Amino acid sequence: MSGTAVGSSLAAMGRIAGGVGPTGGPQPMHIPDGFLSVPVSLVFWIVAIVVIGYALRRVSRELDERRVPLLAVLAAVIFAGQMLNFSVTGGTSGHLLGATLAAVLLGPWAAMVVMTAVVSIQALVFQDGGILVLGANLFNMAIVGVLVGYGVYQLVSRALGNRRWAVPVSGFVAAWLSIVVAALACALELALSGTSPANIAVPAMGGIHALIGIGEGLITAGALVFVLAARPDLVAPTAKATAGQKALWIGGAALAVVLAVLSPLASAHPDGLEWVAEQQGFLEAARDPLYSIIPDYVFPGISNEALATIVAGVVGTLVVAAVAYLVAQGVRRRATQQ
Amino acid sequence: MADVLDPYRPRASLIHRADPRVKVVVAVMSILITAALPLGAWPSYVLLLAAVLALSVAAQLGVGFTLKRGLIAVPFALAALPLVFSTPGDALASLRIGPLVLDASLAGVERFASVLAKSYISVQFAILLTATTRFTDMLAAMRALRVPRLLVVIFSLMWRYLFLFAHEAKTLRIARDSRSADVGPKSGGAVAWRARVTGGMVGNLFVRGYERSERVYQAMLARGYDGDIRTFPLKPLASSEYAALAGAVAILALLGLLGILFG
Repeated sequence: MSGTAVGSSLAAMGRIAGGVGPTGGPQPMHIPDGFLSVPVSLVFWIVAIVVIGYALRRVSRELDERRVPLLAVLAAVIFAGQMLNFSVTGGTSGHLLGATLAAVLLGPWAAMVVMTAVVSIQALVFQDGGILVLGANLFNMAIVGVLVGYGVYQLVSRALGNRRWAVPVSGFVAAWLSIVVAALACALELALSGTSPANIAVPAMGGIHALIGIGEGLITAGALVFVLAARPDLVAPTAKATAGQKALWIGGAALAVVLAVLSPLASAHPDGLEWVAEQQGFLEAARDPLYSIIPDYVFPGISNEALATIVAGVVGTLVVAAVAYLVAQGVRRRATQQ
Repeated sequence: MADVLDPYRPRASLIHRADPRVKVVVAVMSILITAALPLGAWPSYVLLLAAVLALSVAAQLGVGFTLKRGLIAVPFALAALPLVFSTPGDALASLRIGPLVLDASLAGVERFASVLAKSYISVQFAILLTATTRFTDMLAAMRALRVPRLLVVIFSLMWRYLFLFAHEAKTLRIARDSRSADVGPKSGGAVAWRARVTGGMVGNLFVRGYERSERVYQAMLARGYDGDIRTFPLKPLASSEYAALAGAVAILALLGLLGILFG
């Protein structure tokens, strides 16, 4: 959870980038496997499939096939853009998640698809974030991050009107808030899984990302200023938001408010979340009656649990040794045949 | 360039030659079983770890390969550290921070260690999958497993340009670093200024990407692109492959059941 958490894809990128600068990870928001319970993982998978499925349908319906290479190339750009960092202090560095930047430049649905590609490839290829928890990571970064970034950007840029600094300022605010809200979602998932108590996870994640979000905000604002200067047509201002999207940016902003209000509440009253986590402990509870059905049975003939672990270790070692032996035999046989 | 970034490790092993669909299903199921195991099911953890190691030996990657790379997820463990103090149980040790007294319980330590062990094992299954399966094969498996077509097409095109833009980002970084002398902690202007420069670089990358995608689209059109990417379909699974899949799933299910019932 620290700002220097190692992200493997970025570490790999950092290595090929000639070891310039610290190889810090992206936002330390990519939850690895093992940190979320199975029910929580599955619920967020369902939410992610429904929302992203809808985004995919919208994108393929509204946009011509020209957008397919565009979305793919921009997903690669966001991925590579995450390796550009700037040093803050003491070996920590700031970098980009990119959800807000994508949302502002591409609109919410296309941005959701782009971020889905980025987060999925990071998990599937670089183990940056887990596979079973990919649904939750997609929810935090591709759905919450994009919707909040988009909603807040529309809201703030409308309020600021046509001022020259409207774009960078709304970009900064939207990017900062999208990071903080996504981190709060992440903390709530950890608390729901019983992995981290809400009264610690929420303020810790929220606090750290309130700082990290500043870097995100500054980079997003800088990127928007650059694009505005080089290709102003790509930052088509609020005109892009048609009537149908009005509901969307209000929804995104509302999502930000709800999560921002909910998290401190959950943090102040951890009992509620812990109760949910307890309910998920039903599997553990269900084990007890089974113990009484088959009493004292841990491993065949062994009643001591420590001994069972040792036996498992011995069995495991034998399995590995056997496979290693067979592989070595196979390699030698092939070598002699040649 | 692709060699450095691409986690695929070519070997002539049986695991490498196995059908990607089988590998994806078995890997996902292994991770699912690992996650479903109760906390403190140490014998099951050990057996799963042995399974990973046996597979990586069989894939000719060596024992240390997944063990070392599996450490990737460790920094995230900080998120679970409060469990040590928040789980009720017999106090093992007390930590005094000013007026705050934290009691570490044995149950808490075991919960924390369990989360760490499960995460470590899951990551190794994922590493094994990507080290033994080419990305193009993984895409074919995804398509066969009903991942939406549009998403798979975007994955495959993204993969093609990933290395290119990683290289462009690298050249941007070299350009920035060669223009800004690093003479101490205060060099390079204020943090906000440095962040804005980085933002400009990201914007630069974005415009380059946008314009490149237009050229890519023209080139694809010239070659007959009609919105669909055609690939050779995977061969239907042979009966031996079905048997291998069923065997692996059965072993995993048994392991999971034993773990859930007996720890």
